[in-house]
Amino acid sequence: MARMEIKNLMKRYGQTEVMRDINLDIKDGEFIVLVGPSGCGKSTLLRMIAGLEPISGGEFLIDGLRMNDMRPRDRDIAMVFQSYALYPHMDVERNMGFSMEIRGDDKIKRKQRVLEAAKVLGLENLLSRYPKELSGGQRQRVAMGRAIIRDPRAFLFDEPLSNLDASLRVEMRLEIARLHKRLGATMVYVTHDQVEALTLADRIVVLEGGNIQQVGSPLELYERPANRFVAQFIGSPTMNIIPVSPAKNGVTLANGTKISLSDMLDLNAAAELGIRPEHIDVLPYGTGDFDAESEVVEHLGSDTNLFVRVDGIGPLMVRVHGNVPNQPGDKIGLRFQLHNTHIFSADGQSLGQRITLAA
Amino acid sequence: MSDTTRRNPMLMMGKSAAITFYLTFALFPLYWLLKIALTPDRLIFTEGTNLAPSEITFSNFTSVLFKTDFLSYFGNSLIVSLGTAAVTTVIAAGAGYAFSRFHFSGKKIIIAVMLITQMFPLLMIIAPIYKIIASFGLLNSLSSLIIVYTAFNIPFATFLMQSFFDGIPRDLEEAAMMEGCTRFQALRKVVIPLTLPGLGATLGFVFTAAWSELLFALMLISKNDTMTFPVGLLTFVSKFSVDWGQMMAAGVLALIPSCLFFIFIQRYLVQGLTSGAVKG
Repeated sequence: MARMEIKNLMKRYGQTEVMRDINLDIKDGEFIVLVGPSGCGKSTLLRMIAGLEPISGGEFLIDGLRMNDMRPRDRDIAMVFQSYALYPHMDVERNMGFSMEIRGDDKIKRKQRVLEAAKVLGLENLLSRYPKELSGGQRQRVAMGRAIIRDPRAFLFDEPLSNLDASLRVEMRLEIARLHKRLGATMVYVTHDQVEALTLADRIVVLEGGNIQQVGSPLELYERPANRFVAQFIGSPTMNIIPVSPAKNGVTLANGTKISLSDMLDLNAAAELGIRPEHIDVLPYGTGDFDAESEVVEHLGSDTNLFVRVDGIGPLMVRVHGNVPNQPGDKIGLRFQLHNTHIFSADGQSLGQRITLAA
Repeated sequence: MSDTTRRNPMLMMGKSAAITFYLTFALFPLYWLLKIALTPDRLIFTEGTNLAPSEITFSNFTSVLFKTDFLSYFGNSLIVSLGTAAVTTVIAAGAGYAFSRFHFSGKKIIIAVMLITQMFPLLMIIAPIYKIIASFGLLNSLSSLIIVYTAFNIPFATFLMQSFFDGIPRDLEEAAMMEGCTRFQALRKVVIPLTLPGLGATLGFVFTAAWSELLFALMLISKNDTMTFPVGLLTFVSKFSVDWGQMMAAGVLALIPSCLFFIFIQRYLVQGLTSGAVKG
């Protein structure tokens, strides 16, 4: 179907360089999610792949063919827009069959294909409706149907679920996952929602400030973030970051607690320690590495979020599995799961992912 | 808050009174036009300020239609107005689309120049326009009026069209181009159908402006067979008298095409055609 190569891709608006040196290989049939905060360049990158945004430098190839100067219509890629971009003056059937209409396909064949796709998406009763008579979820389905019908080389999604309410979003997310499984097509998906990224992607590309921060499978990004940005961006709730100073065979927290670490790269550069809320154990008062006082307790049913304050360090967030009887004001002890501790240098680079406790 | 406003009878009455006052103010001259057109000549001055004539006649209309050159003026005006509306709208749509969608060097300068052209009082440029038209040998021709009106209406019409194009989400065109359209196909199949209200509004605006224009028509046209209707109206004014009845009857007749035109395009003016295009 389609293998995409992005080589030293660059984007300039006038004199301002907004993206530089983007390199990415997308395998045939792979589901790639571009994720990052708003303004990171993820949509720009997608639009350059689509051909809607000119490429200022570098190369973009599909199956070895240079695409830089190809018009969108010649790239044979379908795109689902955040706004759905349904044609308001055409009914659902014509909206879905529009690409075939442009291609000059036979009317009967067109009708048949539209009906097939409509059945897959549960739209067969809505074919004569106009977009304004559809709910948000139905519009989303029509937009997807319009993409499927063409049988394109690749699919692009630009934040397709962000206009839907929470429950519908989960449903459509599943539908997109199913679609990918059924079609086995290459898909590139832009979102700012890390849950979508983690659930859908074969590989996630984390972008920030026009640069790729890290590329990897969801678990790789969660377990071995390359830098502080990725560490904080992936995973919910957000990773705690605590300033530390280097010590002999370990680091020292601001409250004086020494965390002993071995097999680390070079602890002399250590500036911050990162630990996810779910990697801090709650122990009885006085038995942990240090003590804390819980300030706010959120009972989520499956988990409990504790917002605690540690003297000399400040606020930390701790997530405990299941329901715990803790109340605000309780004094508790905390211990870091050392093999899940991350150390970052002052410029935010990870100094090593897994750390084991020294004797 | 809107509930309390709605329930307050004083405010309701005040609102109705204000609307009634405005309508009276705006429509009274039209009524007067019709009234005088229907009043027999001999009663025009004796019943001068009566709200309704004591007798009604259609003789003013018949004499305007059959005894004057009114129909020829009317036809000339129709040609000029329709021509101007068509040419202006086509050019303005193209220019408005370019301003709305493309970035090109000099765009800001062109927009600024177009705005500047709107700042001059027309009187200032009548003489040079006359010279230019004369040197092309176009005096006393309807095409000279179409050219001049088109030139003067394009800036405003362009800005109008641009705002309509701005109102159509770019996503729609991009979606069409992703689906295999060239930019022109996307324009024809997606953008134009959605811009019909805008095209209608522009056509209507330009048509009306050309229909009622007097100054240039007066300057550039002096022959009876190419006179447009506003100039023709002046022929009812002779050195010693004004034929009020016929003049008003001609005025009433002149309103008809404007009204028809707006009835025809008003269905394109209905907004909300783009609702449902984007968002949920």
